[in-house]
Amino acid sequence: MSKKKSLLKEAPLLEVKNLETAFDIDGTYYNAVDNVSFKVKPRQIVGVVGESGCGKSVMSLSIMQLLPKGIGKVKSGEIIFDGISLEKMTEGQINKIRGKDVSMIFQEPMTSLNPVFTIGYQLQEVLFNHTKISKREARLKSIALLKSVGISRPEKIVDEYPHQLSGGMRQRVMIAIAIACQPKLLIADEPTTALDVTVQAQILELLKEIQEVNDMSVILITHDLGVVAEMCDEVIVMYAGKIVERTDVDTLFYNPKHPYTTLLLGAVPKMDEEEERLSSIKGIVPSLTNMPKVGCRFANRCPKAMPECFTTTPMLADVDQGHEVACLLYETSKPREGVK
Amino acid sequence: MLKYAFRRILGMIPMLFLISIIVFTLAKLMPGDSLSGEIDPRNTNPQYIQEMREKLGYNDPLPQQYFRWIGNFVQGDFGKSTRFKIEVSEVLSERLPNTIMLGLTSIIITYILAFFMGTYSGRKPYTFGDNLIGGLNYLGLSIPSFVAGVFAIFLFSFTLGWFPSNGSVDIGTTEGTLEYWLSRFHHVLLPALVLGLLSTASYTQFLRNDIIENSRKDFVRTARAKGTPERKIYNVHILRNSVIPLITFLGFDLVAIISGAIITETIFTYPGLGQLFLQSVGTRDYPVLMTLTMLFSFLTLVGNLIADILYGVVDPRIRLD
Repeated sequence: MSKKKSLLKEAPLLEVKNLETAFDIDGTYYNAVDNVSFKVKPRQIVGVVGESGCGKSVMSLSIMQLLPKGIGKVKSGEIIFDGISLEKMTEGQINKIRGKDVSMIFQEPMTSLNPVFTIGYQLQEVLFNHTKISKREARLKSIALLKSVGISRPEKIVDEYPHQLSGGMRQRVMIAIAIACQPKLLIADEPTTALDVTVQAQILELLKEIQEVNDMSVILITHDLGVVAEMCDEVIVMYAGKIVERTDVDTLFYNPKHPYTTLLLGAVPKMDEEEERLSSIKGIVPSLTNMPKVGCRFANRCPKAMPECFTTTPMLADVDQGHEVACLLYETSKPREGVK
Repeated sequence: MLKYAFRRILGMIPMLFLISIIVFTLAKLMPGDSLSGEIDPRNTNPQYIQEMREKLGYNDPLPQQYFRWIGNFVQGDFGKSTRFKIEVSEVLSERLPNTIMLGLTSIIITYILAFFMGTYSGRKPYTFGDNLIGGLNYLGLSIPSFVAGVFAIFLFSFTLGWFPSNGSVDIGTTEGTLEYWLSRFHHVLLPALVLGLLSTASYTQFLRNDIIENSRKDFVRTARAKGTPERKIYNVHILRNSVIPLITFLGFDLVAIISGAIITETIFTYPGLGQLFLQSVGTRDYPVLMTLTMLFSFLTLVGNLIADILYGVVDPRIRLD
């Protein structure tokens, strides 16, 4: 893949344009992801951060068309992966891409594997889905994959059931499944949230290692800013279904623009400060049914809120080169004449 | 697993012993006895009756009677039917094939119907098809089998004439011929359907609900993320999980195949063990009654054991040792 690298460098691997994903609550659809656009370049690790309920997971499930059926749906927008639109694909078409070119690992390793099938079966399934491979080859490959994600005794584990494995091991198995067909894009939806701290570090290290070896892009969804600093090239900060800030990782930590980002960074506990209470952002993310229709969605929690924040909806726009912010503190976010 | 089964079988012995005491006590507590079946019916001399009572051991203390009965029982001597005047084992072996035939047919029909309706409803919940199946199922659940049986006889036997209304085989067919077996099948179909009505309804709803519940699990999302086709997700990933709770029923069903159906067999005058049981109660045929009760108890224990072992087979999380 490295020979393609220079060619792919300009073109984004994934481009999401004006994505709107809605959920059906009592017959009305509410946008959980509202007008989100971003790009992921080849080999890039993009972090998506935000509080719980910000639409991070929904956004990632939308890309894979994995939204719960009959409840959630992509209302509008485009998802262009490697030159093809994913959002209008039929189930059969997207199945050819899922697990092969784009794959995903989830937050809950304890329940993400089917309890009644062996690790080997679940790992080989993705191989059988996308490659012509004999049973023997698939078995050998699955053992090799388990080995590559750092599982000792893979020839034994391959015949074991999920309940015989620890959480960290299961997440490694999930990673092995995700990388089995060498996807171009891996979406990791809070892959370490359910694991304990030492295992978290191992899993992240493994992900980074695999990303480098396989030349793949990663969308890493997390609410751990430490993880972002460690892993990511670019960061998207989401709040209430919208992107509020998008920039490279260094700028985000040293020069955050959006008050929400600043508060998020302030909520990270520091080793050298002795604090009785951890600082937090007051209030909660508004629920889907309770979303402000106009104005900035963060306004009622924002310490820098101005009267116009409640009446004017800020736009996501470049403040600096490659640093997008949606906040009325910056001229660029103010709606221009003739633009809604 | 073998060790587990062996231990469970050993554990059945004290259980069966306790059951035998209860069965015996209950039989003795029932008003009346089978004396009239044991003596010369033309001789009503009270002295003769008293004599026979003494001779047959009806006046012995209960424990003594119990041990006499259980002693013979464990040696395979179930006694003599007071009604048919032949060995109980002979009475049972005459009826058993009929009952097994009825039970098996009913269960096969039940499983096939429940499987197709349950998987359909589970896959397409809250659609017209699901609601239709659900509606029919609740109808099936709420109609008692004696009503359904009588109605089925009226409609399919008398009005339409599709099925015979009683018996297990046409008179005049020779045993062993194809015609004989077809006739038996013809006779068994209607009672089997009525018998299966209730369990079909409950199995269908169980399967449906379990499929719906499992289809929301995380592992389904993982399977979809792997690019597994929808059909395979339902038929392999979900179904394999959804059959586990149904295994419990399988154990009971194995018992039901042999224990027969008291009500259905009686309504269809189908000569099986269920009908025999009811008749034995009516005629105070204690040897048959007690043997049947012991048999059913034993089968229930075996059925539970089989269900438990099957759990271990289908669910890798359950280990039997």
